[in-house]
Amino acid sequence: MRILFSAFAGGFFGLGLLISGMTDTARVQGWLDLFGAWDPTLAFVLGGAIIPMFIAWRIAARRKHALLGDAIPALPPQVIDAKLLGGSALFGVGWALVGLCPGPALAVLGFGGQGAVIFAGAMAAGMVGWRWATTANGARTVDA
Amino acid sequence: MLIGLIPTAWAIGALGGLMIGLAAASFLLINGRIMGASGILGGLIDGSGQDNPGERTAFLAGLIGVPALLVALGHDAPMHLTGNVTLLAIAGLLVGVGTRMANGCTSGHGVVGIARLSIRGIVATLAYLLAGFITMAVGRHVLGII
Repeated sequence: MRILFSAFAGGFFGLGLLISGMTDTARVQGWLDLFGAWDPTLAFVLGGAIIPMFIAWRIAARRKHALLGDAIPALPPQVIDAKLLGGSALFGVGWALVGLCPGPALAVLGFGGQGAVIFAGAMAAGMVGWRWATTANGARTVDA
Repeated sequence: MLIGLIPTAWAIGALGGLMIGLAAASFLLINGRIMGASGILGGLIDGSGQDNPGERTAFLAGLIGVPALLVALGHDAPMHLTGNVTLLAIAGLLVGVGTRMANGCTSGHGVVGIARLSIRGIVATLAYLLAGFITMAVGRHVLGII
């Protein structure tokens, strides 16, 4: 059941990304292009996504456990540090350069051709590389 | 005609967004998991998410498989992806390192975090948006590389 509902959530996420146009890098880059032909679509996508999720968090606050039995994840310590700001800044630069963030980068992997594979490969290398670099120093990354 | 087309993209965007939010809501309320693309992928490939590799793999299979299937069946999905291999590699590396350093991306910090009114999620989203706006302004309008 757990596996089935995971696949369902992933598939529905991919469907939403495809329908909303977030797999089109021109649309994403258009949102970031304040000084060009600005495209506000991404704000509608984010707004549309936050509404059901906001309700879900209200429900989760009362129930404490998910339907399949797991505890609702606790809110991580609300630390604003250099890793959060620096990491987000690096991510923002890469996002603007090509117009893909991790969700859409995966959603286009099956039809985006060589470019999509190169981007996803580099992204995966960056993820694993960061882990290696930080664990080698004795630090630990905590899963979001 | 153009004026009629623009709000349609917004409405379809909001509809797709609702689906993304419902996916995140079901992942939380059914599986008890945070729907963050970078965390789900990163935890699987860097060895930090050993507790539930099956769930992670199934999620990724759905995320990759459903759009691929729809496009194969004829759904039109323009991508306008750059052909510049160097740019693709650099951007991919930055996205990979940055999202793991910050423990989240547009889905985890953006959709799930903001909806939880998480300060970390809101701050991270403002930071990557600001970096994105500046990169686009400089990269497209000053340097001409985007």
